[in-house]
Amino acid sequence: MNNTSSNGRSIRGRVHKYNNDNIDTDVIIPGPYLKIHDHKELAKHAMEGIDPSFHQKVSEGDFLVAGNNFGCGSSREHAPIALSQTGIKAILAQSFARIFYRNAVDGGYLLPIEIDGSTVKKISDGDELEIDIVKNQITNITKDEYYTMKPFPELIARIVEAGGLINYNPKD
Amino acid sequence: MTITEKILARASGKQRLSPGDVTFARVDKVMLHDVSGPGVIKVFSEWEKKRGIKLNQIWDPDRVWVAEDHFVPSADRISAENITALSNFTRQYGINKHFKYGLGQYGICHTLSHEEALVLPGEVYVGGDSHTNTTGALGAFAAGLGHTDIAYVLMKGEIWFKVPETILFKIEGFKPAHIMAKDIILKIIGDIGTDGANYKAMQFSGSVMKDLPMEERLTLTNMTTEAGAKNGIIEPDEITFAYLGERTDAKYTPVHGDPDAQYSEVFTYEVDKLEPTVAKPFSPGNISAARELQETELNKAYIGSCTGAKLEDLRAAAEILKGKKVKIRTEVLPAAQSIYMSALKEGLINIFMQAGALVGPPTCGACCGAHMGVLGKDEVCISTTNRNFPGRMGHVESKTYLASPIVVAASAVTGKITDPRDVRN
Repeated sequence: MNNTSSNGRSIRGRVHKYNNDNIDTDVIIPGPYLKIHDHKELAKHAMEGIDPSFHQKVSEGDFLVAGNNFGCGSSREHAPIALSQTGIKAILAQSFARIFYRNAVDGGYLLPIEIDGSTVKKISDGDELEIDIVKNQITNITKDEYYTMKPFPELIARIVEAGGLINYNPKD
Repeated sequence: MTITEKILARASGKQRLSPGDVTFARVDKVMLHDVSGPGVIKVFSEWEKKRGIKLNQIWDPDRVWVAEDHFVPSADRISAENITALSNFTRQYGINKHFKYGLGQYGICHTLSHEEALVLPGEVYVGGDSHTNTTGALGAFAAGLGHTDIAYVLMKGEIWFKVPETILFKIEGFKPAHIMAKDIILKIIGDIGTDGANYKAMQFSGSVMKDLPMEERLTLTNMTTEAGAKNGIIEPDEITFAYLGERTDAKYTPVHGDPDAQYSEVFTYEVDKLEPTVAKPFSPGNISAARELQETELNKAYIGSCTGAKLEDLRAAAEILKGKKVKIRTEVLPAAQSIYMSALKEGLINIFMQAGALVGPPTCGACCGAHMGVLGKDEVCISTTNRNFPGRMGHVESKTYLASPIVVAASAVTGKITDPRDVRN
């Protein structure tokens, strides 16, 4: 990623905010597209159920911010794939549905970052953020504010570092 | 330990596991289908490309089975090519349990898991589909995963899990004839919310379970997914053993929770007082009593899917539809070929067709808005399926109400949402 800082642990990008809770996988990538396995093609339909122009708004390295239970519903890995192919590098939400969370991490597509509900409220659409996943700190450059994020559990952090489960070696 | 903790401990080679522990567990059975399968194939080919070597074999082809269910009968050219790719994959890796449509038994993956006794009590079973939870009704740990995790299991035979806390649901009282398992699980999701069991296990017990047929139990575990649960589970008992005994000679070691097992929460439901329940658009947790919605005009009734087209579901719907005519488009799609044949033998198919309903082949098609019965803009459907998110069954401005097979059948007769007590002879 070209917007990664020199230590490789901090990423910077612009926020696309959806205030909704329970943004489900049928909204993120509707059922008819599940037969498609061309990742670039999937990106064109990302978030189609809520914002059909989503893929045109996103630049490489941007972030998505949402409420509770992001990614609930199906196990379709198409969901994190479609979002990551638009350029989204991290999703910041109050909570994630379990399969979406592990797909995002195990597939090495994007970072699912858990933040407090109060932090979700403080972040606005269009804000520029810098996320340090070692210090677990989020800097809101636009608003000159600092937030904390929930640290990744140890195994998750190691899988993230390996770039996904397929490249992860438990003995490393 | 709970049954979930004990199964995961055994599969991890550990004496004890507690909620929150992260463990790599050996997998007993794994399933993929025509949506997750092509993803697995892609992960395999990227693995090969990156390493410059061929992946000549998988961990254990005999523990793998493959379903064709989402875009079948092939919805279009791309779907057909996915099915071809899946056939090449199973041939290449020697996977013999590939249930192909038009070649004997086939059907929805979760239905095959119990119809064919592909998963047994005490096992760890993972599938590339979120409703894999269904099969936990057989007393197994059953959880849905994405295709990268399934690819990993195919290579290594194990996968990581965070051991879930267990919420225990005691289902008590006398179940009236107008109440089905679907009403119970919709009520539970309405109470705890669609993330009420996120990362957790949902276990069902209580006096009602003692008489609840296996297929009704499967409805409970199926929709634990809609509460966010990692797995749904029911301790195996005489009903489980009898159900499996009719389907397999395979040996297994049932697992039961300890008497002092710790549950994070315990909820008790008295079914005597339960009303036929409907989940309104656009969430499985947005529930009302059917009678409160009786002015709701419908365009279509759908009886299908892993949730609501098992033989017991078809029997219940046929009992309502017998000798009546449907007033709105009604589609009945048995969840597996074997169920279709049983329904034919029992005269249920005749009842549906006499009533004017369409009867179709097993497929997930309309349930996920993919093909064969998709909803148009402003269409309103009542369905025995499991999800009603915006656009789930078609156009983003269509509406789906979720209900039991008897509520759906009663509503098909009147054209409005109807409590089955109001149409029974």
